[in-house]
Amino acid sequence: MAVTRRSFLGGTATAGASALAGVAGAARQAIAQEVDDAGGESVDVSLVINGVTYERRLDTRTSLLDLLREELDLTGTKVGCNHGQCGACTVLMNGTRINSCLTLAAMADGARITTIEGVASAEGELHPMQAAFLEHDGFQCGYCTPGQIVSAIGCVKEGHATSEAEIREYMSGNLCRCGAYKGITEAIMEAREATHSSEVGGQS
Amino acid sequence: MKPFRYQAPSSVDAAVEAVEPMGVPGQGGAFLAGGTTLIDLMKLSVATPPSVTDIKNLSLDGIEEADGEVRVGARVTMAEAASHPIFLDRAPVLSDALWKAASPQLRNVATLGGNILQRTRCPYFRDNVSPCNKRDPGSGCAAIGGINRLLAVLGTSESCIATYAGDFANALILFDTTVETHRAAEGPRQIELEDLHVLPEDHPERETVLADDELITGYRFRLPDWARRSVYVKARDRESYAFALASAAVALDLDGETIREARIGLGGVATVPWRAREAEDFLKGKTVSEETGLQAGRIAFESAQGYEHNAFKIPLGRQVVAKAIFDAARKDVSGSAGQSEGAN
Ligand SMILES: Cc1cc2nc3c(=O)[nH]c(=O)nc-3n(C[C@H](O)[C@H](O)[C@H](O)COP(=O)(O)OP(=O)(O)OC[C@H]3O[C@@H](n4cnc5c(N)ncnc54)[C@H](O)[C@@H]3O)c2cc1C
Ligand code: SF4
Ligand code: FES
Ligand code: FES
Repeated sequence: MAVTRRSFLGGTATAGASALAGVAGAARQAIAQEVDDAGGESVDVSLVINGVTYERRLDTRTSLLDLLREELDLTGTKVGCNHGQCGACTVLMNGTRINSCLTLAAMADGARITTIEGVASAEGELHPMQAAFLEHDGFQCGYCTPGQIVSAIGCVKEGHATSEAEIREYMSGNLCRCGAYKGITEAIMEAREATHSSEVGGQS
Repeated sequence: MKPFRYQAPSSVDAAVEAVEPMGVPGQGGAFLAGGTTLIDLMKLSVATPPSVTDIKNLSLDGIEEADGEVRVGARVTMAEAASHPIFLDRAPVLSDALWKAASPQLRNVATLGGNILQRTRCPYFRDNVSPCNKRDPGSGCAAIGGINRLLAVLGTSESCIATYAGDFANALILFDTTVETHRAAEGPRQIELEDLHVLPEDHPERETVLADDELITGYRFRLPDWARRSVYVKARDRESYAFALASAAVALDLDGETIREARIGLGGVATVPWRAREAEDFLKGKTVSEETGLQAGRIAFESAQGYEHNAFKIPLGRQVVAKAIFDAARKDVSGSAGQSEGAN
């Protein structure tokens, strides 16, 4: 990874950059360049997301979640608390579930990422976990659902879905304000076997 | 978030050279491990390091045992350690303290180095506007007269009553653990875990004896056979994914029903990882009973001071200590190999 290291010029030179959140992709790219030119910092990252390689120069502050949503239009991954407390932003990094809000894009350089957009088959057939969530009403408003499904796949792959109690404990990192927990647990119970043998997030 | 430089050097020497200490606590560059404390606080602008040194390329991993001594690398994740046979079978308190902390997603990236150094969850420290001696030395403490339900009752000072929020350190401290570190000019040194954190006293901005450029490389400790008889009891507002209101790490050396030796660590109630030595001494030679457990709990909280909203932690803490002693005494340690951790 190439990191541009310039001496830090202090407050005024970088003041424009603090408005970065919420600015759309191309504009952010331009701002990243400006920040860099102004003596702030940027970083080059290369990641494989759902099988596609992306290379970007980013403001060092960009979280993996920002990169997915703001730069790459992969908006399936949701922003909830933005502080590691709710699990809405869960993705698989090299096969393990993580909170993308507390991970800098730079930390994920070289990693393989799977988001909710990448769990169905290439032919569009739902992942067994997706199908089970539909079947068991594992959601109401649906906002937490992408995070729940990706986390559930991670939970099963980690071997922590051996009982209902264990599923509840090992899914506790995903909050659901609608309280769809019963359906979520049932869906995981049903889909765990098929998920074990599914390729998603595997080491392939 | 304030702009910062990001670097990911590939050796310990390069990392300690790169980290850019400024000589003032909290002002210099920061090491970055899992980021679950650091990135969180940077997003709140509570931490504003000018540069971040990611240690992801350093080979500080692995859990090994040689000549009776366990060595754990600082980059081992909470998830990896929680399910490692040495933690799971030989000292379940270590595994328990890990899997009962944070969430699976966080444990998959959070490291044992960063975990021990996690910062307090004091809401006034985190809000970045209230007077807070830890964040802004000399500004006062909004928590002492504020909503202090989650704050500490042991080891507090007139400057700060922030709880040390971590779980793992309260368990690791039972085994007289040594912390291995590395600095740029001075090279490696060893610090007893019990001496790593410092009481807030008049300088709550200083939390550990580590220098700004000092990297934790790993931990070393010895597990007595009886460490198998150990538990971590954690009382919290919800059953999972919450910080401790009061927790107790207990390991017991039993001769029948008689306690030969007891070790007790407390969490959620003190300003630093806490070893309840007076309660340990009291238990020596005693017979396990509800009354001995509660008496040990009373002794552990003898010096506690409650504040407006957190005084409940004192009776709660006593009960948690008693329960942990009882659970440890009753623990089946016959054939513990191969059990899986988790809520079953
Ligand atoms: C929502 C939430 C809930 C949580 N619940 C709990 C809980 O119940 N119990 C619990 O114990 N914890 C809990 N945590 C805290 C979590 O366990 C810690 O954030 C985590 O362990 C920190 O590890 P890290 O590798 O991510 O550290 P980082 O965030 O990378 O680093 C933490 C600090 O340590 C420094 N550092 C990191 N590694 C080193 C090193 N090797 N040498 C020197 N300095 C270093 C960094 O500069 C930083 O100051 C929770 C966190 C969140 C966000
Ligand atoms: S208790 Fe400590 S951390 Fe909390 S506001 Fe007071 S000084 Fe700050
Ligand atoms: S948005 Fe990441 S955990 Fe809530
Ligand atoms: S379905 Fe609405 S938050 Fe979970």
